[in-house]
Amino acid sequence: MIAIVDYGVGNLFSLKSSFESIGAEIIVSGDEATIRNADKIILPGVGAFEDAAEKLRASGLDKVLISEAQKGKPILGICLGMQMLFEKSFEYGEHKGLGLIKGSVIPMDGTIPSDLKIPHIGWNALHFTKNKSELFKYISENDCVYFVHSYYADGCDDAVIATAEYGKEITAAVQSKNVYGCQFHPEKSGNVGLNILKAFCEME
Amino acid sequence: MITKRIIPCLDVKNGRVVKGVNFEGLNDVSSPVELAKYYSDNGADELVFYDITASAEGRSLFTDILTKVASTIFIPLTVGGGINTVDDFERVLNCGADKVSVNSGAIRNPQLVEDAARKYGDQCVVLSVDVKRVDGEFRVFAKGGREDTGMEAISWIKRCVDMGAGEVVVNSIDTDGVKKGFDIEMLDAVCKVVNVPVIASGGAGSKEDFVTLFNTLPKVDAGLAASIFHFGEVMIPDLKQTLAQNGITMRIK
Repeated sequence: MIAIVDYGVGNLFSLKSSFESIGAEIIVSGDEATIRNADKIILPGVGAFEDAAEKLRASGLDKVLISEAQKGKPILGICLGMQMLFEKSFEYGEHKGLGLIKGSVIPMDGTIPSDLKIPHIGWNALHFTKNKSELFKYISENDCVYFVHSYYADGCDDAVIATAEYGKEITAAVQSKNVYGCQFHPEKSGNVGLNILKAFCEME
Repeated sequence: MITKRIIPCLDVKNGRVVKGVNFEGLNDVSSPVELAKYYSDNGADELVFYDITASAEGRSLFTDILTKVASTIFIPLTVGGGINTVDDFERVLNCGADKVSVNSGAIRNPQLVEDAARKYGDQCVVLSVDVKRVDGEFRVFAKGGREDTGMEAISWIKRCVDMGAGEVVVNSIDTDGVKKGFDIEMLDAVCKVVNVPVIASGGAGSKEDFVTLFNTLPKVDAGLAASIFHFGEVMIPDLKQTLAQNGITMRIK
């Protein structure tokens, strides 16, 4: 059983449907016991970092995620959920994240060439780091995935498993042991995205 | 590098996909769910799903069909037609839409753009505009292209983007259904004033029209069409190959 953490941020319909389409046993839940009993955890998120981080803390699920991660349970953060895995974000101020991966989240504005549109929205090609992550076992270099974001993870070189080119190399996916994150939306990235979710489902 | 997007548009009436020339004489083509699945499996980068009768007859979208589409396909889905309030945004987002397109609803109440952008984020709000040349200027038309609002289109688009519209679909009524190419002049005028993705709509008749679009206007992010895709006159995988061969960055496979 895979649990999608429901902490009142964004719509989880597509994410749930995408797991169902690959035959995964999936539950959307904000209940601590359900999340602790799950084999794997998905941390979704859309919107603003501060608001999402506060909601996660208010639900008490931040502590659950940290302790489950420390037990070695596979966790996948998606989009803002990925950004929340980091120590902090500089989106409208400075805000604390879960600290499961070293690094911080910074704005594109001012750090990418000014002629590029922000948000970075659309399909972009993935470039793997030299040791291809297990998360990508069913996909290939240059496969495209769908991005929608204005901030990105920085200072996390050891954890980067894929980048995308948008004026510079942007962190597209990260991994620190059993904790994974995708800046893009696998649930909106066609078969490539479904194959990433499938690889995650098969992790021990 | 980010790819250019090819977007089939599914105009829906009574639960079926239709497409008319210059918005008149609608033909029933196919089931929205089947067409959406077909396109998702065959290279479409995104789908736009419009309830074209909504603004004329006040009919709300068939949310069960939308839910079926959104649980069948896993590419970005934009939904429009009959979006007049923030509650309408909520309704279609809950059915699995990723972005919501506003047209007549924004004309009646421009504040809707700002309210929705604040609540769901700019990336969620797509401004769709039907534009036609009248007396030497670009004019905004409402109600599915039937009513001249008297508003100048370029300033209207700029105003909506300033209020938070994260993407603009520019549909040229002058070229729609004519199949002789996109309205380059109109699109160029829009690209000059906004820095959000611009989606070209109206006029595509062949693969070459897309090549011309992206080569002439590198700032255009996507090309949208309906009947040429629905009737198989242009096959999307073939179109994307042609575009890639012409040096345009595409998502292939």
